[in-house]
Amino acid sequence: MTAQDHAAPGASHQVVRRVVARGWRQRLFAADSLWAAAFVLPYIAVFLAFVVYPVVYGLWLGSSPASYRSLFSDPIYLETLFNTVLFLAVGVNVKLFLALLLSGFFMRPGWLIKGLMLVFILPWAVPAIPTFISIHWMLNGQWGLINSAIWNWFQMDGPPWLDTPSLAMGSVIVAYIWKWLPFWTVIFLAGRMAIPKELYEAAEMDGATGLKRFAYVTFPIMANLYTVCTLLSTIWTLGDFNSVHFVSGGGPALQTHVLATLGIRDAFELGNPGLGMAAVISALPLLIPLVILLMRRLARGEVQL
Amino acid sequence: MSPRTRAHLRRRLGDAGAVLVGFLLLVWTLLPLYEMVLVAVQEKEDVFSGNIWPPHPTLSAFVTVFKESYWYLANFWHQMGNSLFIGAMVAAGTLMIGSTTSFAISRLRIKLGWLLTNAALLTYVIPASFLAIPFFAIMKRYGLADNAWSVIAVEVTFATPYAIFIFQQYSTSIPHELDEAARIDGASPWQIYSRIWLPLMAPALVAVGTYALLLAWNEYLYAFLLLSSDQTITVPVALGKFLNSDESPWNYLMAASIVYALPPLAIYYAFRRYMTAGLTMGGVKG
Repeated sequence: MTAQDHAAPGASHQVVRRVVARGWRQRLFAADSLWAAAFVLPYIAVFLAFVVYPVVYGLWLGSSPASYRSLFSDPIYLETLFNTVLFLAVGVNVKLFLALLLSGFFMRPGWLIKGLMLVFILPWAVPAIPTFISIHWMLNGQWGLINSAIWNWFQMDGPPWLDTPSLAMGSVIVAYIWKWLPFWTVIFLAGRMAIPKELYEAAEMDGATGLKRFAYVTFPIMANLYTVCTLLSTIWTLGDFNSVHFVSGGGPALQTHVLATLGIRDAFELGNPGLGMAAVISALPLLIPLVILLMRRLARGEVQL
Repeated sequence: MSPRTRAHLRRRLGDAGAVLVGFLLLVWTLLPLYEMVLVAVQEKEDVFSGNIWPPHPTLSAFVTVFKESYWYLANFWHQMGNSLFIGAMVAAGTLMIGSTTSFAISRLRIKLGWLLTNAALLTYVIPASFLAIPFFAIMKRYGLADNAWSVIAVEVTFATPYAIFIFQQYSTSIPHELDEAARIDGASPWQIYSRIWLPLMAPALVAVGTYALLLAWNEYLYAFLLLSSDQTITVPVALGKFLNSDESPWNYLMAASIVYALPPLAIYYAFRRYMTAGLTMGGVKG
């Protein structure tokens, strides 16, 4: 028996299968397109009723020029814009850079590191609202844990964290980093695990250790993932309501609002949906380029969602 | 110094640094959680005395929460039930809609699959809070004001895109030959979906179901805006109301917070392997 004899039955089998598959696909377009429609109908309905309609309606709500005139003449608005940019620029970048470094730390072997990882993941696993309420109380100038500790150890009054705009904004950013650092560390940890060990061995042969290893091996490989994560995280953080709302509540004197919280405040506390929507829409010149950049990166296919 | 001792020294230094980093991480991670416990195990008056260690630890605040014997906590267990109901329905809805859509795109290979994928991607990158204002008006128009289903609908909408990505990716690991064999035996698409495809998708279903459940359990803004009466609100909304009341017994608030935070923690650690698998499946293409 020759090799060809072996191959022949398999090949004919494949041909049969291909013909059957083609027949299936043809039949699909005839009788089963009804099935296909039934399968996708729920999502199409959800998308139309709960994405397209709210988006269009929201744009319509925020389409009156008068809303923008009163928005831009609001002194809080400029402050809010500044806070939003600060929150994104500092919060997202510090968080992701720390996550990248920490993911290296968690690559270390040993059960102690594994145990630490279980604890480290807690801020992400615990629901946001209780922990942000706890941080809010922790920062209480009189009774909070931080100032109590300062008083106990140094017999000094701590700063009024939430009554000073800059400290309150800083506190919000730190609380936000606390909450989201574990999530991104896990993502980067997975990215690092995917780097073949041989690369590091080869780099070590060439004398790259420590910082060089990070700069010439880890970072170039992780760069694309890091960029996509930065874009995605910036987009999500732009819509972050809870950190600001529960840690500082936008105070003192409305000095720590971001666009997401200001929009809700204008719409529901002031009862002016048009004004609230205008605040949200004024974030679109930032949001849309970020989305386009992200889509382009994803389309290249090196990193998948 | 010989290179060997230098390497040895470096390793020692590295270990010492790791211990230091580990210790700092531990303090950083646990501090807000410690504050939660610290306040919860004190009496109402002790909370306002600046203790960094509970002087007389007591579980009385937890007893109050369990018995609902403070007026702000009168509906606590009912609200836990609301959170659970919404979480379960969001998980079920997300799994149902996400799986049928992914099946149609990846197995039935419908022509407009790319359009649906892009629609999902678009939904994924819209910050949910940006649509809160129109949603509020729309839900009223749909007759769903102060109704749990309004929150369920919104959360299913925002959870489904992630489900579609994960399902589509996981689905590539299931051989098409299975579908074709079933086809030859005369199975309908529904039978292939329910008898062959879904059972093989189990790990992805667990990952996405857990994700959707936790997303709904933790969600605040939409539950806060769309639900209003004490009978319909979820626990985070109740906690937020509690926070904004004039007189807040913080020990009750923190005890209730801890009770509310425990179920997702248990679920998270129980399904951690699936969750991380789902995440990294989503995060990185290996």
